[in-house]
Amino acid sequence: MLEYISQIISKSYVMAEMEVRKLLHDPTELITRAVQPILWLGVFGEAMSRARAIPTPGFTYLQFITPGILTQSVTFIAIFYGLSIIWERDMGLLQKIIVTPTPRIALVWGKMISAGIRGLSQAIIIFLFAMTIQIHLQLTIFSLLGVALVIMLGAGFFTGLSMIIASIVKTRERFMGIGQVITLPLFFASNAIYPIEMMPAWLQVIAKINPLTYMVNGLRALLLTGNISQLSFDIIILSIATLFISLLSAYMYPKVVI
Amino acid sequence: MNNNIIVVENLTKQFNGFTAVDSVSFNVKKQEIFALLGPNGAGKTTIIKMLITLLLPTSGEGTIDGYSFIRQPAQVRKIIGYVPQMISVDGTLTAYENLMLMARLYDIPSNERHQRIQQIISFLQLEKHSHSLVRTFSGGMIRKLEIGQAILHRPRILFLDEPTAGLDPIAKQNVWKHLLELRHNFGTTIFFSTHNMEEAEEMSSRLAILQAGKIAVMGTLSELREKMNKKEATLEDAFIFFTGNVFEENGNIRDTRRIRELERKLG
Repeated sequence: MLEYISQIISKSYVMAEMEVRKLLHDPTELITRAVQPILWLGVFGEAMSRARAIPTPGFTYLQFITPGILTQSVTFIAIFYGLSIIWERDMGLLQKIIVTPTPRIALVWGKMISAGIRGLSQAIIIFLFAMTIQIHLQLTIFSLLGVALVIMLGAGFFTGLSMIIASIVKTRERFMGIGQVITLPLFFASNAIYPIEMMPAWLQVIAKINPLTYMVNGLRALLLTGNISQLSFDIIILSIATLFISLLSAYMYPKVVI
Repeated sequence: MNNNIIVVENLTKQFNGFTAVDSVSFNVKKQEIFALLGPNGAGKTTIIKMLITLLLPTSGEGTIDGYSFIRQPAQVRKIIGYVPQMISVDGTLTAYENLMLMARLYDIPSNERHQRIQQIISFLQLEKHSHSLVRTFSGGMIRKLEIGQAILHRPRILFLDEPTAGLDPIAKQNVWKHLLELRHNFGTTIFFSTHNMEEAEEMSSRLAILQAGKIAVMGTLSELREKMNKKEATLEDAFIFFTGNVFEENGNIRDTRRIRELERKLG
């Protein structure tokens, strides 16, 4: 049992390490990935904050949406890990990894960790941009560590979700379609760019079961309000959701090779 | 019996009512080079996938070196190596990193990994390229690296799905040179599938001809010739004799697309 657990940890680590090495060999992806959140903040955020259409008591609209845009950026990265599973299946890489004596969940966790690391790199870029356009955020050691934890968990959840989708749809083409259909509604049915209270009742229900909402809540508490009374609740919800989805994903993804 | 490293009995695989592999039985002896010959779509890849624990058979039984590939997949995975038909190295990593990934997934102890990887790199004559990104490699180099990945843990048996498809004749020869050396040095059994008659004839010590999910005939080429009562018969003659058909590619569009893509990438 102990040996099995140490296998899971060491093999998740090697999978994640290789993903990081790929990024280091060719970091252009990090830059291109940063364009979207910068547009959301710099264009959408700026324009909407002038409209003053959305009440965000105590904070400017730009402050309010920065955690939301960070969440979006992380989840969009994570959701395309499912595509990488299909891609690796088409190449034969996945088959080769599956026939090694590697616990199934190690591949899932490896992908989750690397999505988290990509997410962290987005956080750095977004924070730098926020500073440049003078969006005030609470960037302390504590809040940054908290942000890192929330990003890792959230990235993990959406990576797992996308691997499950990949194992159902099985082809790149179908996944591309589904990826869009899932990410945008999740984003809009959350409190990322407007408070939950503004939503119609039915959408509030969806927002409350949407893990993205808990991610935004956690990040907002850490980066804006400093009121962390709810933080442990958000983190527990995210942890349970991520653990559940990683188990389901470990069970499902080997089916993608059939 | 103990000399058999692969034992397969009545192996069948159906996909949604379509029988891809139909009650196939065969044995492979230790250190043999065994070829599964058949046109695309005959069921070669499906058989390999079942043997290497990627796919559960619909029915049938079988063992790899005494372990059931149905009920003891974890044990089987430790003693086999697998080179898929498609390009299965990661082009965005270096050759060394690709090998390191496999070394760690196969639990090679940390104090041996570096040395083991260096040995493989020099065995495959890739010294000059070990720290180059694999996407800059030629088709032959990629295949060699893939074989390297599959033999790092010194498997007792190596499965190769169409190992030389898409390669030019020189790269083909080179790949086989290394496979033969591997068998010579470590006594590795080699099980490969091919749709190339010359390759099966030249390289295998024994072969099975697969036609529409069934084994039409099995044996050494001379045994096949004896059965045909024709001393000079080629494998092509044998194919026609035993299957009643000319050798014909009949894979579906997905197979065809895959093969063309592979040829483009490797060529």
